[in-house]
Amino acid sequence: MAHEKMLSRKRMEGAIKALFFLCGLTAVGAVLFISVYLVCAGTPAIQEIGLARFVLGDAWNPQQEQYGILPFLLTSVAGTGGAVLLGVPMGVLTALFLAKTAPPRWAGAIRAAVALLAGIPSVVYGLVGMVVLVPAVQRAFSLPSGANLLSAVLVLSVMILPSIVRVAETALRAVPREYEEASLALGATPTETMFRVSLPAARSGVATAAALGVGRALGEAMAIIMVSGNVANLPAGPFTAVRFLTTAIASEMNYAPMGSLWRRALFSIGLVLFLFIMLVNAALHAVIRGAGED
Amino acid sequence: MEGLSKRRRVLDGVRRGALWLSAGLTCAVLALIIGCVLWQGLRHVTWELLSGRRSYLNDTNGILPNILNTLYIIILSLALALPLGVGAAVYLTEYARGGRWVAAIEFAAETLSGLPSILFGLVGMLFFVRLLGFGTGTLAGGLTLVVMILPVVMRTTQESLKAVPQSYREGALGLGAGQWRMVRTVVLPNAADGIVNGCILAVGRIVGESAALLFTAGAAAGLGGFFRALHAPSATLSVSLYVYVNEYGDMDTAMAIAAVLMVITLLINLAAGWTGRRLKKRKGGR
Amino acid sequence: MEAVLRTRALSLWYGSAQALKGVSLDVPENRVTALIGPSGCGKSTFLKTLDRMTEVIPGVRVEGEILYRGRNIFDAAVDVTTLRRQVGMVFQKPNPFPMSIYDNVAYGPRTHGIRRHGELDAIVEKSLRQAAIWDEVKDRLKRSALSLSGGQQQRICIARALAVEPDVLLMDEATSALDPISTSKIEELIAQLRQRYTIVIVTHNMQQAVRVSDQCAFFLQGELVEAGDTQAVFSAPRDPRTENYITGRFG
Repeated sequence: MAHEKMLSRKRMEGAIKALFFLCGLTAVGAVLFISVYLVCAGTPAIQEIGLARFVLGDAWNPQQEQYGILPFLLTSVAGTGGAVLLGVPMGVLTALFLAKTAPPRWAGAIRAAVALLAGIPSVVYGLVGMVVLVPAVQRAFSLPSGANLLSAVLVLSVMILPSIVRVAETALRAVPREYEEASLALGATPTETMFRVSLPAARSGVATAAALGVGRALGEAMAIIMVSGNVANLPAGPFTAVRFLTTAIASEMNYAPMGSLWRRALFSIGLVLFLFIMLVNAALHAVIRGAGED
Repeated sequence: MEGLSKRRRVLDGVRRGALWLSAGLTCAVLALIIGCVLWQGLRHVTWELLSGRRSYLNDTNGILPNILNTLYIIILSLALALPLGVGAAVYLTEYARGGRWVAAIEFAAETLSGLPSILFGLVGMLFFVRLLGFGTGTLAGGLTLVVMILPVVMRTTQESLKAVPQSYREGALGLGAGQWRMVRTVVLPNAADGIVNGCILAVGRIVGESAALLFTAGAAAGLGGFFRALHAPSATLSVSLYVYVNEYGDMDTAMAIAAVLMVITLLINLAAGWTGRRLKKRKGGR
Repeated sequence: MEAVLRTRALSLWYGSAQALKGVSLDVPENRVTALIGPSGCGKSTFLKTLDRMTEVIPGVRVEGEILYRGRNIFDAAVDVTTLRRQVGMVFQKPNPFPMSIYDNVAYGPRTHGIRRHGELDAIVEKSLRQAAIWDEVKDRLKRSALSLSGGQQQRICIARALAVEPDVLLMDEATSALDPISTSKIEELIAQLRQRYTIVIVTHNMQQAVRVSDQCAFFLQGELVEAGDTQAVFSAPRDPRTENYITGRFG
């Protein structure tokens, strides 16, 4: 009797463990599913159009059967690059300030501000960009319209700030106190120590923060759709009205007829975006592993 | 003793200035956004707007359907993501003994949290809306968001489980409790604050989400109750903001929605900060 | 013999806890002064106060004077970075920066404005030679300093401290984290360095104090109990507490 009871209890424990394991597997399943689905949905149009004409074609005009995504591709690269160029230094400096010199009260307030920035919905960023930033850019540079690459870059750089600050601050806090003491004992000022010892010592964390920023900027859609002009131009300069990989999908999906090549080409853009993101992730992992061996 | 050279003094000043400037700019941008939204939006937030619906026939405007849709999707997504995320976290911290599967699950969660929401929207549309034939509605939208918020619930729960002292587990096991009984009676109750924190963060994600919902939950909205909304276009607040800007060109209502979203974001942040601090305190006290 | 450093009634508090109680000690030039005493007796605190490294700890308060070459280092007119350049410090745990060996040693001179390559190369080589580690690392100056053994890392830290051409070298239990062979190498190094530098060491190890120091100061509960010629202190301590300590009755 007791033996049987023990056996059934053992069976139940096994079943429960299997159940939890299945919960864990949903994440793995979802990733596999999304990857396979994007590849399956994305390849037919590329095959039909031709990889070279799809990726390197500089005109996107579905009404005339032109499906070149080079404008979106270059815009996404330029926009992300610009956002990282602005957002990473600003985010890392803010993190340095928070981790090393900010008076505790200030630090608390700024940390709360950064957390709040992270929580603001993309569409609100887009709307504020549209109402405040776009007219400001138009006036500042006397342009016919302020909805252009520059506005998108500015919005993106603010949107990627919170994750950069958070990751960089954690890394900077983990820098051993001994490094900083050694630098001070050599006659370096606290500020020199922060920039020349703490920051280099946290470089792998800073690289992680930057890569995270790249991923965020590359994937953002709804905020920049409202401030970038949304025209499929090659990004000739900061004042060009442009369309990103993400905004191309978001703005055309509802207009492309079901089953058309146009619609399938939009799935292909999704696949390109997916590959881009995975590439950034892989680079990030390589950086982390490289730093680990250091 | 001579002091710092002029060069060093100048460089020090420049660097300190850059630090203060960056931190100041971050705060200034936030203040600008909050100020702009609340100032331009709150005056358009009226009771009629909050309690009515947009209709050409009756010439009324309102966002009640959008508020309800947001709620429906929160309920749907959490109902699924909560057990799944907590279960996955329990597996990782209580059952798994390292190895390949743990690495795979953690890698998958990390990958999911790095994917752009527009891609979730794309796959959700192809799979839930088309292939499974759910149509656009809160069901397809909610299921899409389950996958998106799963990593959030999983990670915070994991953190919280790790903070449960090992001695509690040993105490339960020592009294002859089985693994499951130990998890149910000792581990999970003591990790409740972390799970709540994860839910709050997930709600924040759902409220703010737009790109993943545009093609899955839809851009229109009606008042038909929870079950009608499952298979009928049901725009949430964030999606409707975009629709008001892009389709209707109604900036006043868009700003009002932004103000409502901003207030919700503030509340969620406060709640998340509060539960997060409790969690941290417990971890520190260990 | 001129005293390079002299403290006058030096007291220090961490918050409300007093760690040093009216310590007055002279540190003579080109000699090795050893600070000994049980853990928590204030010897490390005393050492760190000599180049104002205690200032970085919040809540620290100091009274009394420290005269470096006749001038109070707490004077408002004294620049702390200049002081720390003249009074160098080597820490208990080897703490090379996560940079190359070269960059570690060149860090100080670069901080103080030396930029020319030739000059830096010469300083790096000279400092590494003085720290008796040049032969071991000359072929891998670009390698990370963290790839070296603990004893080598500590000598890199000594070279790094020497590279700014200090006047005084403070060593806070610089061998306590090292193996016996590395320890004896660093002790030999101290014996050589005393010809050019004034050295103050903190040590737990009685034998080490006898081997390397000329002068010895015994601390107990924040007080300087007695100080004098090392041989004299160890052979004929004047204070019974010193005798108890060096004969191993406590500590």
